[in-house]
Amino acid sequence: MSTLAGERNMWRIYSLEAKYELFKMMRLPMYAIPTLAFPLMFYLLFGVAMGGRSAGPVSVAAYLLATYGAFGIMGVALFGFGVGVAVERGQGWMLFKRATPMPTPAYFAGKLAMVLLFGMVLTAALFTLGATAGKVQMPAGQWAALAGILIAGAVPFGAFGLAIGSWAGPNSAVAVVNLLYLPLSFASGMWFPIQALPRFFQALAPWLPSYHFSQLALGVMGADQGRFSWVESAAALAAFAAVSLVFARAGYRRDEGQTFG
Amino acid sequence: MTRNHPFEDDRPIAELRRAGKRYGAVTALDGVDFQVRPGEVVALLGPNGAGKTTAVQLLLGLLRPDSGTATLFGLDPRNAEARVRIGAMLQISKVPETLKVREHVDLISSYYPRPLPRSESLALAGLGGVEDRLFGKLSGGQKQRLLFALALCGNPDLLFLDEPTVGLDVEARRALWAVIQGKSREGRSVLLTTHYLEEADALADRIVLIRRGKIVAEGTPSEIKARAAGRKIRCHTSIPLADVAALPGVRNARRDGEITELLAVEAERVLRELMSRDRSLSGLEVRGADLEEAFLALTNSDDPKEVAA
Repeated sequence: MSTLAGERNMWRIYSLEAKYELFKMMRLPMYAIPTLAFPLMFYLLFGVAMGGRSAGPVSVAAYLLATYGAFGIMGVALFGFGVGVAVERGQGWMLFKRATPMPTPAYFAGKLAMVLLFGMVLTAALFTLGATAGKVQMPAGQWAALAGILIAGAVPFGAFGLAIGSWAGPNSAVAVVNLLYLPLSFASGMWFPIQALPRFFQALAPWLPSYHFSQLALGVMGADQGRFSWVESAAALAAFAAVSLVFARAGYRRDEGQTFG
Repeated sequence: MTRNHPFEDDRPIAELRRAGKRYGAVTALDGVDFQVRPGEVVALLGPNGAGKTTAVQLLLGLLRPDSGTATLFGLDPRNAEARVRIGAMLQISKVPETLKVREHVDLISSYYPRPLPRSESLALAGLGGVEDRLFGKLSGGQKQRLLFALALCGNPDLLFLDEPTVGLDVEARRALWAVIQGKSREGRSVLLTTHYLEEADALADRIVLIRRGKIVAEGTPSEIKARAAGRKIRCHTSIPLADVAALPGVRNARRDGEITELLAVEAERVLRELMSRDRSLSGLEVRGADLEEAFLALTNSDDPKEVAA
């Protein structure tokens, strides 16, 4: 059956949605600068400056490349989805979009594509710093595996951001994201190696998705704590993503309750 | 009512049936029956909080009715087949500020099977020449007009315009009116909400007056204006209020301290009667009734739905 809606070019819709989502965020200094600059700056301050020392089997520069990479990806995903969605909900833009014939998944796919691209840029920049200033040396396969794990991490944390963005108000979203992001990343050993943190954090860590993320990244170079296999950590992240999506859906439904019921 | 000619079909393209919506204790819409037919420009006219936006959002599938139904082209309003035939201008505070005018138009156009060329959307909205400007750098009026462009750009059969001219200057308002009239001549349908009687009068084939979630009157602009016409009279008088209220052609008489206030359909006749009954009548003021007063008059009439004879 031929339909009007079926005449549309879905590929064009999805690609424009992703392209303009990327343009929108690139031009937003509030997003683009902190999410890219902070991880790079921290890595320079801590990773490169103390790079010569060793952290377990690898240099501090290599260790922190994995953990600040994970830290950076978390920020890109949490702010991209959390703040982006909260603001667009709060200002009525989402309401308008829902009145258009936009296929709903295109909105979320566009945001995911943007976050993945930002993640790739961040990863490339960090790796460049690590390989040059940090003198990190790894086989090509390990570089690739680390890049893959880091960028894939944008998915579960994007889902978490979506959950936050579906509940938080447009003005509180930045604060809410920061209040979750900074403690989570610190307690997971993304700033300083987890072994250097007090015992309390050692006990807490297995319950934090960010811990599993950073352990997966460290596992590439054999520098993880070894408390969980990569399958266990990956499963923990998958479960975290699933629970986040359930919360995001509930938030979206609640929105529709005020708007769609 | 339902003829089956494929083209000459006047079945409603947007319809509320017994539609009700509550927000907590507030009833936003109370069992409203409402239709837009092909080619029709309908104005939902009412004061703020009357339920106009709720009615529009029910028809757009952004709100679900608590009771009754909302349909677009005979379908659930959320159905993509219905949505590709409509365009909407909502009262929203902001759109993403870091996209350019043309990027916004291109993106929304991509959702439609047969959009207008971008240049045409921009020209209709009076945005030629600013297509490379970021939304955040536009003036207030230009921002409003971009929302109008986004409603038009999909070349829809039915346009929803929720308070489209709020915040526009006179010139921009007239320009927007001209575009709506042009769309109407092309055979497109328009549902607009407004609290300006003048706007409803200038644009609509049919005006639906809504107040406190109910339709209080419905008719052509001239029918509504005849109904709403009247003068507001204020004076000091010793005539008992009940007697004032009982005069023919008087609506909404009330007394506030010394001052008696009433709405008169035929002001001259009412004035003559008042003067003859009270020689000491003083402090007389007569002026045209504003829309709110016209609403009051219409709400208080016995059988409001019979305006359209």
